[in-house]
Parts: sequence; C-alpha cells; structure tokens
Amino acid sequence: MAVATKKPSVLSKSALAKVDQIIARHKDQPGPLLPVLHALQAEFKYLPEEALVRVAIGLDIPLSKIYGVASFYTLFNLRPKAEHVIRACESAPCHVRGAKEVIEALENALGVKVGEDTRDGRFTLELSSCIGVCGVAPAIMIDDEVFGNLTPDMVPGILARFN
Amino acid sequence: MEFYRSHVLVCAGTNCSLKGNRAVREALVQEVARRKLDREVKVVETGCFGLCEQGPTIVIYPEGVLYCQTTVADIPEIVETHLLKGRLVQRLLYKEPVATKPVQTAPELDYFKRQVRVVLRNCGLINPEVVEEYLAQGGYQALGKALTTMSPDEVIATIKNAKLRGRGGAGFPTGLKWEFARKAAGSRKYIVGNADEGEPGTFKDRLILEGDPHSVLEGMAIAGYAVGADYGYIYIRGEYTLSIKRLKLAIEQARKLGLLGRDIFGSGFDFDVEIRTGAGAYVCGEETALFESLEGGRGEPRVKPPYPTDAGLFGQPTSINNVETLANVAPIISRGADWFRSLGTERTPGTKVFTLTGDIVNEGLIEVPMGITLREVIYDIGGGTKDGKTFKMAQTGGTSGGCLPQELLDVPMDYDNLAAAGSALGSGALLIMDDTHCIVDVAKCFARFFEHESCGKCVPCREGTMRLYQLVDKITRGEADEGTIPLITALAEMMYKSPLCPLGQTAPLPIMSTLKYFRDEYDAHINEKRCPTGTCKAIAARVQVAD
Ligand SMILES: Cc1cc2nc3c(=O)[nH]c(=O)nc-3n(C[C@H](O)[C@H](O)[C@H](O)COP(=O)(O)O)c2cc1C
Repeated sequence: MAVATKKPSVLSKSALAKVDQIIARHKDQPGPLLPVLHALQAEFKYLPEEALVRVAIGLDIPLSKIYGVASFYTLFNLRPKAEHVIRACESAPCHVRGAKEVIEALENALGVKVGEDTRDGRFTLELSSCIGVCGVAPAIMIDDEVFGNLTPDMVPGILARFN
Repeated sequence: MEFYRSHVLVCAGTNCSLKGNRAVREALVQEVARRKLDREVKVVETGCFGLCEQGPTIVIYPEGVLYCQTTVADIPEIVETHLLKGRLVQRLLYKEPVATKPVQTAPELDYFKRQVRVVLRNCGLINPEVVEEYLAQGGYQALGKALTTMSPDEVIATIKNAKLRGRGGAGFPTGLKWEFARKAAGSRKYIVGNADEGEPGTFKDRLILEGDPHSVLEGMAIAGYAVGADYGYIYIRGEYTLSIKRLKLAIEQARKLGLLGRDIFGSGFDFDVEIRTGAGAYVCGEETALFESLEGGRGEPRVKPPYPTDAGLFGQPTSINNVETLANVAPIISRGADWFRSLGTERTPGTKVFTLTGDIVNEGLIEVPMGITLREVIYDIGGGTKDGKTFKMAQTGGTSGGCLPQELLDVPMDYDNLAAAGSALGSGALLIMDDTHCIVDVAKCFARFFEHESCGKCVPCREGTMRLYQLVDKITRGEADEGTIPLITALAEMMYKSPLCPLGQTAPLPIMSTLKYFRDEYDAHINEKRCPTGTCKAIAARVQVAD
C-alpha cells in the first residue's frame, strides 16, 4: 500500500493537520467518506494521494475502496486541475440551444480541446452532463459560478473576468 | 411589526441571478432609500416566479404588477413612476407573444392563468430565508395538526386517500410507500428527501428548495411521524449551492423554533434532518444508488428486492421521496384528501411542476393540474415556439423520456397517458424543439448522455449504452448501412429487459421514439447520405470527399 512509499511529502505539516481535523470532524457520523472527500476537495481543490492515505487509516477504509469512490464521481479530482475549472453542459436542452457552438468558442478562445488544461495552468475545460439551470440554456459553470443564455460571442468577455 | 404600503418582490432564483438580479435589488434598495420611501416600501428577495426567460422579474404588491427584464438603469424610473407617482412603467410590462396590449399583473398573464399552485404556493411570494414568512402563510400548521390531532395511521390513510403519487419519475403511491415502511421491522427508520435532480432539463426541485425550503422540511417531518422515523437526510446534488445554503438556514431556523428536534409540539415525536451533498453522478438519483452514495460508496444501484421500505439506508426501512412529492404533503394534511382529489385526474390527482426548456418562448417553471394536454402547456402557457419557427417535437420526462411529434400534442399529461404514448411523465422536464434540429443529431446527444452516465456495474447497460452511441454516431457520419437500424432495434429490445436499474432499461427509449416518429430522417442519413437539416457536418464532408 502507498503508506510504504518513500515519496517526499507534498503536503505541508499544517496541511496534514488540516486533513486530520477534517477526518476527526466527520469520523463519528454515519457514512463519513463523501463528507470527508468534499471537505478535502474544498480545502485543496483536489484529492491529494497523501491525504487519501490518511483518510484510509483514519476511517479504517481500504485505500483501494477510497480510490474507487473518489474516481466514481465527476466532482472529485484526483489530480490538481487548472486554477479555474470550466464545466460546459452538452446535454439535450443546452444542445438544442446551441451549446456546441459555445463549446467550440471556448476551445478556440482557450486553445485547448475539451478535457485539457491551458498551458498557463489557468483553465481546465470539461464537459458536464447537466448543471440544472436548463431554463437559461446553454449554460456553463466556471468554478461555482453559473453563466447562462450564452452565445459564442459572449465567451471572450466571460473568460476575461477570470484574468 | 411594521407596515409597508408596497412590497417590491425581486426574484432571487438562480436563473434571475444569472441575469443580474442582485444588482437590480441593490439599486432598488438604494433608490428607495434615496427617495426616502424606505419606511413605506419594502424590498423583498423571493424565490423563482417561473418566468425565467423574462428575468430579472419584479412584482409590486398589493397591485401585483409584474415588470420583466429589468436592469439597474430601469430602477429610478420604476421608483419614480410606480412607487412615487402610482403610474405604470408601460415599457417594462410583460408582452404576450400574440396579444396586442401589455399585461399589467401577474395573474392576468396567460402564463399564470392556467396554473394552479400547490407545490409552488409560496415560491415568489415569500422570502425563503425568513421562516416567519413561511409561518405567516400557514407553514408548519399541517405538521402541528398531524402531530396533535392525528395518529400516524390516519396520516397515512389521508395521503393514500389523496392518491398522491411520487413526483420523482416512477409515480409510486406515496401513502402505500409510507405504509410499507411503517409496517417493516427495523431498529431505526429513515426518511430521505431525494434532491439529486440530475435529469437534463429538470430544475424544479432546485427552484422549490430555493423558493420554499420549509415546505420540504415540513413534508419530511410529517413523513417521519407517519413512518415512525426520527431522522431524515436530504441528498442534494453538489452543484446546487444556493439550494444548499437556503436549506441549511431553514433547518437551523426550524430547530430554533422547535419545529425540528426533540418533542415537536410537545407530542413526544422527535425528528431531525441532515443535508448530504452528491458529487456529480446522475445515477445517484436512483434510490438504491443514492443509499450507497450516502453510506460512502460508489453510487451503484442495488439489486431489488429487498425494497427500500424493507432494507434501505444503512439496511433499515426507509421511505425515499422526491422533493416535489414532499412539498405536496403539508397542503394535503391541511386541506384534506378530497380537496387534493378535486385537482388533476382520477388516477393521478393533484398538480405537476414542469420545467419548459428548448425552443419555447416562456422557458421556465410552471405548475398545472395533472391531465392538461401537451398542446395547452406548449401554446397556452409556454407561448409556443421561439421566433415563430415550426414545432417539430417535444420530449417529455427528460432525457430518459420519449419524443412526441405534432400529432400527439393532445395527449393528457399524466403517468398513464404518457406511458401509453410511448413516453414518460418522468421528472416533469419538457424539451421543445423546432424543425431546424436534426433528429439523429439529437438522438446522438441522448445516447452520449447515457453512455457517460452508465455506472458500469451491469454489463447490458455499460456495453449497451456505449454501442447505442456508436451506432447512432455512425448514422450522423454517413457510415451506416441497412443493417444499422435492425441492430439498434435488437440492442434496444435487449436493453429494455436486462439492465439492473431503470437507467439502462430506459436508455433506448428516447432513441426508439425518434425512430418511430421520424424514420424518414434516419433513412435520408442512411440511404441518401444526406442530413435534411444540414446539421450533421461529418456527413456533408464525407459526401464532398466522395464527389
Ligand atoms: C437513473 C435514475 C435517476 C433518478 N433520479 C432521480 C432524481 O434525481 N430525483 C428523484 O426524486 N428521483 C429520481 N429517480 C427515481 C428514484 O429512484 C425514486 O423512484 C424516487 O426518489 C422516489 O420518490 P417518489 O416516490 O417521491 O417519486 C431516479 C431513478 C433512476 C433510475
């Protein structure tokens, strides 16, 4: 198991203390794993392996199971993503209102394809199944913020707000 | 308590906030103060009115005048003309798509005239962050009535008598579910509110939770009393940040007032609610996958039986209900089963909340009696197709529902009639498409959704959704031959029967419905290598190469 690896620690002492605090906070509630993963992701913006190893020990859950759970859900990241994550919806209601053109505009403006990070590490572009704001389709989410009723020409202006 | 001569309600739902409602509200508060009207006029943030396409919307009471698509620049005029001089700001009134004169008040709108608001009774009327406003509308009286004057069996009998059916998609009788859970043996029982809402085109639960969170908590507490459960979880999708915030606040407020917690209304009944957030997986809306997720696992469905009412969350008897189902409970307890049965149809009484999306004039949220026809919803309430384009089809029930053509517009909207028409009522999503869209391209979009969202646990779904996508994709590229549709049909037959949960079982349904009603468009792609709407670029490119 990864506990035995001699990889240098990527997390600082205080970060590790944070991990332990998060584990302690949720340890005694029924079904603690998802709340712990949510809290870790909020803290680090991804789920560092080192933190997951501590979760495995702290909650007494095999690391393999934790990996299985963490990789199942699209909102959990197992690797650091770019500073801002763009989630573009391409399900039917957005598709019908022109999501494809909006996504192409995003790809062009960022110089990446869906699933990639920009080279400067500022944006990750992903697809999402539905973000639940179909009344203002097509829509995207950048981090926690939703943008709706989009047209391709609005894309540069929206991205500029994150620079 | 202070009295105000006017209340200005500004929608604070997510859809309006995308259009700048916050700036509008702040400008209003400032302008009202600047004009020294702040002791006479109160600005209130409310939940969604439903007319999302027209946002940000403002309603001024007591007149009930509705202003649409307001901007910060409009505020001085609204304050000066309406609030100071008592005249209407004509240019901001809503204009019916076909009417000649602007409509003044919300109830006059075609959009609202046909609606009956039970679930959305408080949405857009109260400030969802102030529990006193819910109480002032009779909130928590149904809980008090149930706990102090009714036995759990009487509560169940009332819900059964009302013939309330689950609004999460399957339409199972709610009273019966509660009865099963009540009778099941278990050391502890649970109530789960299903707010995962991942069906594309559906956002009703979000707007209910944003607009009236206490209505769901009250429904859960009544369910807990009926079933004999002292604890409830609301499983809500991670993307719904505003709903989560308002729910948290509502739970704290209810606890403080003793409406949740120990010995509610001195009845000896304890009940508390906890929120759990999902992490982006459509399948987690399926009840047993939801339990797996809540317990800390991968959200993969379980084999049924055992059913949730026997062995659900943590292996204990559990009643899981959709948010909209729960929001129906308090009105039924307060007003009685007979009243509820007077709405809707014989087999499916009550109302249904629909979300209108796609090429329709009034995108947004509506609540109508069950049994209203698709045509009435689209034309009388929805205002018809956008930009005067020709209607092509409507998909009911979200991405897992079927597509219905023009000829079927008179189908009454309820579980049984839509199922008979080869579609589903589902979650109440309604996607309208005009004739500029290619049916095969849209079918590919459905297929991709299922391919992506299949959890991978059972083979027929994991493999089947992938093959379905590949086959439809082939058609859009002009690479299909006469064997492709028979193959899709055979695959669909297999998938209707064999996957573990309804995700896989219904995945072929939307695609097969497009095949049934729009076969000629498929044939054009396959036989003539032509996309009639010109949407499928790959087919055009291929033909050019061949030339
Ligand atoms: C793939 C799939 C996704 C589902 N998603 C939801 C959902 O997001 N919300 C919901 O209430 N029910 C959903 N359901 C239905 C639930 O399994 C269950 O029937 C429902 O929560 C029961 O509540 P009700 O009786 O009040 O409708 C889904 C079912 C399937 C198969």
